[in-house]
Amino acid sequence: MAEHTHAPAATSPAHAVHAVHDEHDHRPHGWRRWVYATNHKDIGTMYLVFAGLMFLIGGSFAMVIRAELFEPGMQLVDPQFFNSMTTMHALFMIFGAVMPAWTGLANWLIPMQIGAPDMALPRLNNLSFWILPFAFTLLFSTLFVPGGAPAGGWTLYAPLMVQTGDAFPMTIFAIHMMGASSILGAINVIVTIMNMRAKGMGLLRMPLFVWTWFITAFLLIAAMPVLAGAVTMLLTDHYFGTTFFTATGGGDPIMFQHIFWFFGHPEVYILILPAFGVVSEIIPTFSRKPLFGYETMVYATASIGFLSFIVWAHHMFVTGIPLAGQLFFMLSTMLIAVPTGVKVFNWTATMYKGSLSFEPPMLFALGFLFMFTIGGFSGLMLALVPADYEYHGTYFVVAHFHYVLVPGAIFAIIGAVYYWLPKWSGKMYDMRLATWHFWLSTVFVNVLFFPQHFLGLAGMPRRIPDYAVQFTDWNMVSSIGGFAFGLSQLLFPYIVLKCLRSGEPATGRVWESAHGLEWELPSPAPYHSWGEPPSEALIARGAAH
Amino acid sequence: MAQAHAPDSSKYYLPHNSPWPIFASVSVFTIMLGAVVYLNDWTGLWSIIPGFALLFTMFICWFHTVIGENQHGIYNLQVDRSFRMGMLWFILSEVMFFGAFFGALFYARILAVPWLGGEGVKFFTHFILWPTYEGTWPTNGPAHIGGNAGSFNIVPAFGVPAINTLVLLSSGVTVTIAHHALRQGKRGMLIVFLAATFLLGFTFVGLQAHEYGESYRELGLRLSTGIYGSTFFMLTGFHGLHVTIGATMLVIIWLRVLRGHFTPQRHFAFEAVSWYWHFVDVVWLGLFIFVYWL
Repeated sequence: MAEHTHAPAATSPAHAVHAVHDEHDHRPHGWRRWVYATNHKDIGTMYLVFAGLMFLIGGSFAMVIRAELFEPGMQLVDPQFFNSMTTMHALFMIFGAVMPAWTGLANWLIPMQIGAPDMALPRLNNLSFWILPFAFTLLFSTLFVPGGAPAGGWTLYAPLMVQTGDAFPMTIFAIHMMGASSILGAINVIVTIMNMRAKGMGLLRMPLFVWTWFITAFLLIAAMPVLAGAVTMLLTDHYFGTTFFTATGGGDPIMFQHIFWFFGHPEVYILILPAFGVVSEIIPTFSRKPLFGYETMVYATASIGFLSFIVWAHHMFVTGIPLAGQLFFMLSTMLIAVPTGVKVFNWTATMYKGSLSFEPPMLFALGFLFMFTIGGFSGLMLALVPADYEYHGTYFVVAHFHYVLVPGAIFAIIGAVYYWLPKWSGKMYDMRLATWHFWLSTVFVNVLFFPQHFLGLAGMPRRIPDYAVQFTDWNMVSSIGGFAFGLSQLLFPYIVLKCLRSGEPATGRVWESAHGLEWELPSPAPYHSWGEPPSEALIARGAAH
Repeated sequence: MAQAHAPDSSKYYLPHNSPWPIFASVSVFTIMLGAVVYLNDWTGLWSIIPGFALLFTMFICWFHTVIGENQHGIYNLQVDRSFRMGMLWFILSEVMFFGAFFGALFYARILAVPWLGGEGVKFFTHFILWPTYEGTWPTNGPAHIGGNAGSFNIVPAFGVPAINTLVLLSSGVTVTIAHHALRQGKRGMLIVFLAATFLLGFTFVGLQAHEYGESYRELGLRLSTGIYGSTFFMLTGFHGLHVTIGATMLVIIWLRVLRGHFTPQRHFAFEAVSWYWHFVDVVWLGLFIFVYWL
């Protein structure tokens, strides 16, 4: 290749890779396959493994929290470290586990589902993944620096956050890097969906996982830069004398909360919208019926995406925003119940008179449906300004968002893995063990989080390492549920590894009534999913609605 | 079966593996580590140099690869569209980044400062802590943070900033003329007007640097001058950084024009840079109106 003649000698690694370039489908081997990866499946796998690792680390932080809260008094850790644990647990779970898991699923699935050979920008894809291990190395190492890990909560509120020790710039920069990773990943997803669809794959033929990710990617591109701006202001307030969040200089600490939650609320939909997509794929397959109300699902997702930008101050009702603001944000928040209700209705209607079977993906989807709805209802309670005055800052809020995130987002991720793992690996996993995984998770997630509703309503505050004795019983129950839930998650890597090592071969269709282009491919799916664009007949067969 | 699925290079282009993305991640990590050790006072500012050196090396090498591939014509129209869309969405994310700082400016001017001055629903802070504070804009807050002994002057809109507005707006015109020249194959005109664009860009940066010097030395307006100094320097500073990046990209595009890299039909890099340039232009208009003028 002629361009090599201009190349400085220092770029020789590029040449080595260039040399194999002509054989397009040649699968690279050894460490380069992963470190220099451009293949959507390899990158998706790395995302998923990374997310699993972060889930275990973030989960172990949660175990510390639940161990300390097992009984009143200070037993295991000092209050500063306890607060570091709540902060790090949230940051690891949100930015390390759930978001990378969704991006990993997007990588694996979107090209297969829209009839493309790969993502639109494969090298950018590599960059967005490989920023993450560095970002989390930086964040994890804050545990070992003077002053300890950040302890101001994942919301990083000024002025508390500005008092962090040497971990302060590390936390800020780690968040900058996570944000950059998400933005680049989202750009890739949007461009892939807009530009890489096979001919005949119209927008309203796309599977719902693709649709929900499409909207999620818009939210990411619009919200993540705002977080970057917010933490940059924190940084300059700390080191360069700006007064964005200091009233003496004319700033306002509440302003941080506005900017943060302008990001933060779309962020919670970033965590949950792809879950809606997954559930909308799983339920029709195991109900043996097309999804009820496909188009309304799309419009509902888009409405939720839009509404997510005009509800942020419902996180701040007790900080003293003007009455008109409280009314607006209360009503706009309650409005979100409408499209969400449409979705829950559609999933239920899909199952109505269906021929249901309860394989592990369906179990997790149903667990999602019931328990996410509980979290949705407690959210509706929190949306009411006068009620929120009572619930705010209590364990009721903790129970609420853990119901939407654990049996919500996490269950959907696990369900997605159980749904598509045979397609990815070409092997079936142990369905009996996976069913155990579901029931253990479901029982203990409720033992873990349901009592927290009672604790919160009785007035137990969040982010406190000690509590009054009347809260002891339910805290013990919750901690037992926590340990058991944590332990039962160890089944998950075991099931996946067992499947990869010794699973029975899977068929191409895997599930008898699965619809969509990915099921038209053999299992395991070829390295470059659709090297030849699928025919329009195939696409029409895939789009079952 | 596997053979049937090997991507047909006449239908799709898939890039080969590349070491540069991971190199980019390592560069960013090195910059961040350097900044961390500097900000925690473990070393001097030099600690960020290695990371930036890696980053620049990465940019040169990655773009070298991509430009080389492009010159070999192995990118098809679909790749071209992917690049275009990618750039547009990237610019949107940049818009939102500036949005955060504009949001801070509007929040401070419309809500926070008037409240501190005793207006509106949150008058109690004023009433209890700073009953004499007026709450007028520009302000460095009720405690008069920073400045020359607590006071400062602002940069008048219709001085250097107005000139800079003209400079940047004309650069928007020149880059458009250059684009038309490129599309019509008028090479001489393209070279002249593209050069004019980045020269105007660097003129803007120079004037801005001069204005910063005056602010610090004479006006008492610094980054630490309360909320006015904070919003003023963060907004104009990030904008200036983007102009510098944009002008540097224009220089690279200009060098590529000199090498004859673009055709009237295919010149994605040129368009991407000119979009970026229009974006910094529009941000400046917002700055001129809301930071300097009103």
